[in-house]
Amino acid sequence: MGILEVKDVGKRFGGLQALSDVNLSVKENTVHAIIGPNGAGKSTLLNCLVGKLIPDTGSVMFDGQSVLGRKPYEINQMGISRVFQTPEIFADLSVMENMMIPCFAKRDGSFRMHAIENMHNEKDIVEKAEAMLEDMNMADKKEMHAASMSRGDKRRLEIGMCLAQEPRLLLLDEPTAGMARADTNNTIDLLKQIADERDITIAIIEHDMHVVFSLANRITVLAQGTPLVEDDPENIRGNPKVREAYLGETA
Amino acid sequence: MLGMNKKDTALMIVVAILALGAPILLNPFPTESAMAQFNAGYPDLMQRFAIFGIFAIGFNILFGLTGYLSFGHAAFLGVGSYSVVWMYKLLDYNVIWGLPLAIATAGIFALLIGFISLRRSGIYFSILTLAFAQMSFNLAYSVLTPITNGETGLQVYTEDPQVLLGANEANAPHLFGLVMNQSSKLSMGGWEFTFNNGYYFCAVILMLMFYLAIRIFRSPFGMMLRAIKSNNTRMAYTGLNPRPYALAAFVISGMYAGLAGGLMAAMDPLAGAERMQWTASGEVVLMTILGGTGTLIGPVLGAGFIKYFENIFSKINDNILHGWFSFLPDGLEDFVVFIIHPFIGKGWHLTLGILFMLVVIFLPGGLVEGGQRIKKLITSKKDDDSNTAKTEPAE
Repeated sequence: MGILEVKDVGKRFGGLQALSDVNLSVKENTVHAIIGPNGAGKSTLLNCLVGKLIPDTGSVMFDGQSVLGRKPYEINQMGISRVFQTPEIFADLSVMENMMIPCFAKRDGSFRMHAIENMHNEKDIVEKAEAMLEDMNMADKKEMHAASMSRGDKRRLEIGMCLAQEPRLLLLDEPTAGMARADTNNTIDLLKQIADERDITIAIIEHDMHVVFSLANRITVLAQGTPLVEDDPENIRGNPKVREAYLGETA
Repeated sequence: MLGMNKKDTALMIVVAILALGAPILLNPFPTESAMAQFNAGYPDLMQRFAIFGIFAIGFNILFGLTGYLSFGHAAFLGVGSYSVVWMYKLLDYNVIWGLPLAIATAGIFALLIGFISLRRSGIYFSILTLAFAQMSFNLAYSVLTPITNGETGLQVYTEDPQVLLGANEANAPHLFGLVMNQSSKLSMGGWEFTFNNGYYFCAVILMLMFYLAIRIFRSPFGMMLRAIKSNNTRMAYTGLNPRPYALAAFVISGMYAGLAGGLMAAMDPLAGAERMQWTASGEVVLMTILGGTGTLIGPVLGAGFIKYFENIFSKINDNILHGWFSFLPDGLEDFVVFIIHPFIGKGWHLTLGILFMLVVIFLPGGLVEGGQRIKKLITSKKDDDSNTAKTEPAE
């Protein structure tokens, strides 16, 4: 039984059957990659996991509890954090504030009226945020305006913010899309380190095969809204069905 | 000090000095001089500075921090005024009963209006709040006449119960005997300064409210509000529910507005429906933007600026203009007065509009940004001076 169990999920947009009969089981403490050509339904599937979309059929269970019908912030509080394709950070706030917000969310839940408390008295939050920035190698950028950072740094910050919530499952939506090679490799190293050092499960949607094969211990190939195969990376590499899905008909 | 960092403490002290010294600071010209008409140190105007300052500080907690632009805050202003006048009618003229009630009723109204309006964001939120405020205005003006006394406005009549009214009690708003419309005057040389009880009452409350705003701005809650403005998506995917945060900000700013409305009635025991009209809601938006959205001191400056223009420019008439330009040849004098005429008196809105446009285009951060630029100019000049001073001896 995996930490995330997707059963018979289907989703239709008007005349388009975006997902049908999706079954997926993500085992705890693995890096599970979901790959597939454009339009395979990868993003739709991800949106069904985080509460942005509700599937028409099927069930999504996280750690034995259904996530269906719950709001994104509720699902997040259950222990699923999401990294977006384009980094979603609090651009108008400082890097330190960006890191403190998820620390507050972890400690105080989805809402707390701490309107006249002084920030300096929140020692545990400040320490945790500083330690997290240290882990992300961003301690020197603490006072910086988040908007003025490079894209690679924004990505690092976003991943750090997700980790500060101590999630059990980290979802990544094409984390290296549009990145230069050096930034991509840095991100791969960071994610590898996270997977090794932390008690965390990672599910990653990715286009870039280099990223997928560097990270994943399990791969699901999605084509036309339905899983084609699920296997270990070595077997996926040589699988003719996967080649066909990616490259069209076999020559 | 008091849980504030150095910069905020300095700002608080500046506000305290301005608020307490206003009767002197705003009266720089001797009473008999030709410039005396630019003096703003008379009670009526100073009270308005403080009251609208409170109104704008509260509005800024919503608009400046969360970015939700409400066009309906005047409704809470009116609710506050009606609450206070009702307490005059039922109990007595002591403002201590009415003001807490004004804050509470405005808070309840804000909770209801905010709960519905915050289901939408952006322009739809603004329109919803505007609709609610106009509904409140129309209700107060017509249907709710038994409560609001319609277009006459709510006021105290001799046949009102006033159950707590003592035999020797003042027949005007007071705080435990400190009558609001009483003043003491101080004449020094050509100057005359008026120290009004009502103004000082408002000024003390303004200082308290400013302090509270500093604490909210610097609190974790304030940071969450800025996070809403910055990125609502990330907020939700960080396990935070943006709606109660925005609603809390809406209610707090509504309560500030209720207090401001209550103070209006505390200065002058009347409440009229026109206080709820959309122009009043628009005015506080102008004040906040003009002063500097999202800054602490900006809204207070904006409120002072607009109220000053409203009262001073509107008093200038053609006769005064003719006096100023009498040194010019006749034809030219008439021409200059003709050109300036639309911008003064009843036309002061035109002047305000032009100033507002200039500020928004050239100083998007409002008057506060203007101040910062001047400061930068001075300090960079000083640096140049000190650099040359350092290099000179070497030569």
